[in-house]
Amino acid sequence: MSRHTHAKRIEGLDRNLWVVFAGMTSNPSIVSLAQGKPDIPPPSYVKEALAKAAAVDDLNQYTRGFGHPRLVKALSQVYGKVCGRQIDPFKEILVTVGAYGSLFNSMQGLVDEGDEVIIMEPYFDCYLPMVKMAGAKPVLIPLRVKSGKKPITSADWFLDPEELSSKFNSKTKAIILNTPNNPTGKVFTREELQTIADLCIKHDTLCISDEVYEWLVYKGRQHVKIATLPGMWERTITVSSGGKIFCATGWKIGWSIGPEHLIKHLQTITQNSTFMCATPLQEAMAESLLHNFELMDQPECFFTSFAEELKTKRDRLAAVLQEVGMTPIIPEGGFFMLVDVSSLNQDLSHTGDDGEAYDWKFVRWMIKEKKLASIPITNFVGDESKKMFEKYIRFCFFRKDSTLDAALDIFKNWNQS
Amino acid sequence: MNITRQVLNCCKVIYPSSFFNSRGRFCTSQSTRMSRHTNSKRIEGLNKNVWVVFTAMTSDPSIVNLGQGKPDIPPPSYVKEALAKAASVDDLNQYTRGFGHPLLVKALSQVYGKVCGRQIDPFKEILVTVGGYGSLFSTIQGLVDEGDEVIIIEPFFDCYLPMVKMAGAKPVLIPLRVKSGKKTLTGADWFLDPNELASKFSSKTKAIILNTPNNPIGKVFTREELQMIADLCIKHDTLCISDEVYEWLVYKGHQHIKIATLPGMWDRTITIGSGGKTFSVTGWKLGWSIGPEHLIKHLQTVMQNSLYTCPTPLQEALAQGLLHNFDLMGQPECYFSSLSVELEVKRDRLAAVLQEVGMTPIIPEGGYFMLVDVTSLNQDLSHMADNDEAYDWKFVRWMIKEKKLAAIPVTAFVGDESKKQFEKYIRFCFIKVNTKLSPKLRTLHFHPDLERFVCVCV
Repeated sequence: MSRHTHAKRIEGLDRNLWVVFAGMTSNPSIVSLAQGKPDIPPPSYVKEALAKAAAVDDLNQYTRGFGHPRLVKALSQVYGKVCGRQIDPFKEILVTVGAYGSLFNSMQGLVDEGDEVIIMEPYFDCYLPMVKMAGAKPVLIPLRVKSGKKPITSADWFLDPEELSSKFNSKTKAIILNTPNNPTGKVFTREELQTIADLCIKHDTLCISDEVYEWLVYKGRQHVKIATLPGMWERTITVSSGGKIFCATGWKIGWSIGPEHLIKHLQTITQNSTFMCATPLQEAMAESLLHNFELMDQPECFFTSFAEELKTKRDRLAAVLQEVGMTPIIPEGGFFMLVDVSSLNQDLSHTGDDGEAYDWKFVRWMIKEKKLASIPITNFVGDESKKMFEKYIRFCFFRKDSTLDAALDIFKNWNQS
Repeated sequence: MNITRQVLNCCKVIYPSSFFNSRGRFCTSQSTRMSRHTNSKRIEGLNKNVWVVFTAMTSDPSIVNLGQGKPDIPPPSYVKEALAKAASVDDLNQYTRGFGHPLLVKALSQVYGKVCGRQIDPFKEILVTVGGYGSLFSTIQGLVDEGDEVIIIEPFFDCYLPMVKMAGAKPVLIPLRVKSGKKTLTGADWFLDPNELASKFSSKTKAIILNTPNNPIGKVFTREELQMIADLCIKHDTLCISDEVYEWLVYKGHQHIKIATLPGMWDRTITIGSGGKTFSVTGWKLGWSIGPEHLIKHLQTVMQNSLYTCPTPLQEALAQGLLHNFDLMGQPECYFSSLSVELEVKRDRLAAVLQEVGMTPIIPEGGYFMLVDVTSLNQDLSHMADNDEAYDWKFVRWMIKEKKLAAIPVTAFVGDESKKQFEKYIRFCFIKVNTKLSPKLRTLHFHPDLERFVCVCV
């Protein structure tokens, strides 16, 4: 018998929420507003760009390891404009396998065993295992609501400045920021970012800023890049995603942007893990970015038109949820909506596992009784914060109208069945 | 009190404490504060890369590049069409299953089930990765611990060494050797000394990395040689990571044997394949690991915590390409066999020309690289800068400069102790073509009076 088992670095990291969830929602009659997987197609010029690239022989062969030249130059143009600075396409940009890959490269390239990394709750679920895989310690801090107040919009969630400050120490290597935030939809204000920046500078901490939803910001709000605050460029890796920008999540093309002295270490990880990303997809991504760069600041620019389209969906869903008696927390950005289900007073004490958090029970009940799927939030928080979040579930409204209609019908008939 | 502390304390009297961050570093202002941030320990010393250096050396477009393994023959048209078709299907532009697109893992299960003569579970015994490279990474990260030893055969594909180091393990090198006194003529003349190999195994040996057909030598390990490796793996309870990306490119008279099919080996072997190499689409970066569930699951855990999933449209198109050829397996039209027929012609043509030039090619039994011994050219390179540089590096630099022809120096693929053994060898890649696509390429001749090589539809 072989004694072979897994390497220590992945101890305890095998559990996968999405595999569990796929099992729960495999029945095609279930309307799923769960996973952030759109059923809206990418713009046609995006699909055409890929088809066109496929036909060019050289674009099916190896390209530059750290990013296809045409793509990194396009990224340099777009983000150079957004950030108001010159960005070197070859030294300050790395193309990765989705933003997921950028997070991995950042962690593996910069975080050591014994380091601490601050993560805000609720968090995108991969942050925690990635920190652990690097042998570092996740230090959690929850977003909180002003006491006595029930949240109505994602702006009602905030980080307590003193609490945040207490999480920093000499071992803190980095803080992971996600704005617009998944799942709350919070868009951090300049003042809030300044609080974080001040602490990063004071403690010489890195900031890994996950901004994959950067273009999906709704009226009245503005996406601010922490890397543009004074003193932050040199200590921030800004991560984003082509898949999110262009409704092409299956392309898995993302990027890290930052100072050369940090990006080079992420490049070393690429060189020793995947070597490069797929050429035809990078070429098509470059085409799509350049197409929209020409249109930036105009209403036809997909970066803005798409946010308009999603806002309508957001508002439709929120209105119906309120009619049902749930309390949606209107997101300022992103395509997820947190919903407080406590006012439904759904008695679930007879269901499932006693130890299971309320939101898991609610989601299972809703899948079974209402044929509607959403995500339980306690999966995105540490044990100590589970009680604080167990009355919330997450809906994704990045769905075509017919899917939303089907979900809205379920809500309209909610109190009848 | 140490001197640093004394100085700092003295400074604190003069400057307010806000000028010191939590690590006691002195700074003049917030915006110019120096960061102490550097690379994580796991990548210490791993930033150098032969391809980055090489790309810089060959950036001049007038250089005929037979160095990097980048095909300039076109992929089969049905493969390109399959990608174009997938691009137009909305759902195929969205996330697919993390461990591998269902159509693809099922196609792999069919193809390799047939090749291996066993049922392969598409969901539990296969993982799709970002190229064969990504499979190597997932395997090493998923199974190799700090302090383990991993045996690597020289010359090796250059990523094996840094990947083993990044996992905190120790690479244990063993060179392929040539039968003494024999002038090497083919990949088969290189062998692993059985006693030497046995001596490399210890209780710390987690794995051995096998590459067959081998890059750069083109050796195709025989059943007997694989059995010798297998015996040691079983004796020492060692894993085998078998990089078989060139598995379909085996020339007449040779047969690719999968070590995983030897008795006792399925349970301890991860076999790696590459869609890019199989279909001449190196830019697609899709590969796979096949093995027993109890090992593959750990590679899947790495995938889940690193990249999550591979691109969907490429996986769909690759599945189509595999299924197309599965139906043709065993027939001459099957791309798995037709490509090697096409490449054998190029191999022989390049070998003949190199012999005319006065170099000594080692005819590969598989793969699309050819090792060439340049000793007989007696090229004097003592005038070249950097005396410490190995001869093959000097030769390649000279050849690029004087002959506008690029090849890869083989000492990039061996450890320090073996450099002397390999420094008269350079590596050529012959998956190159065709005047229609590269009008610069003309017949490869070497006339002593000509100032440069010109290269043709090889």
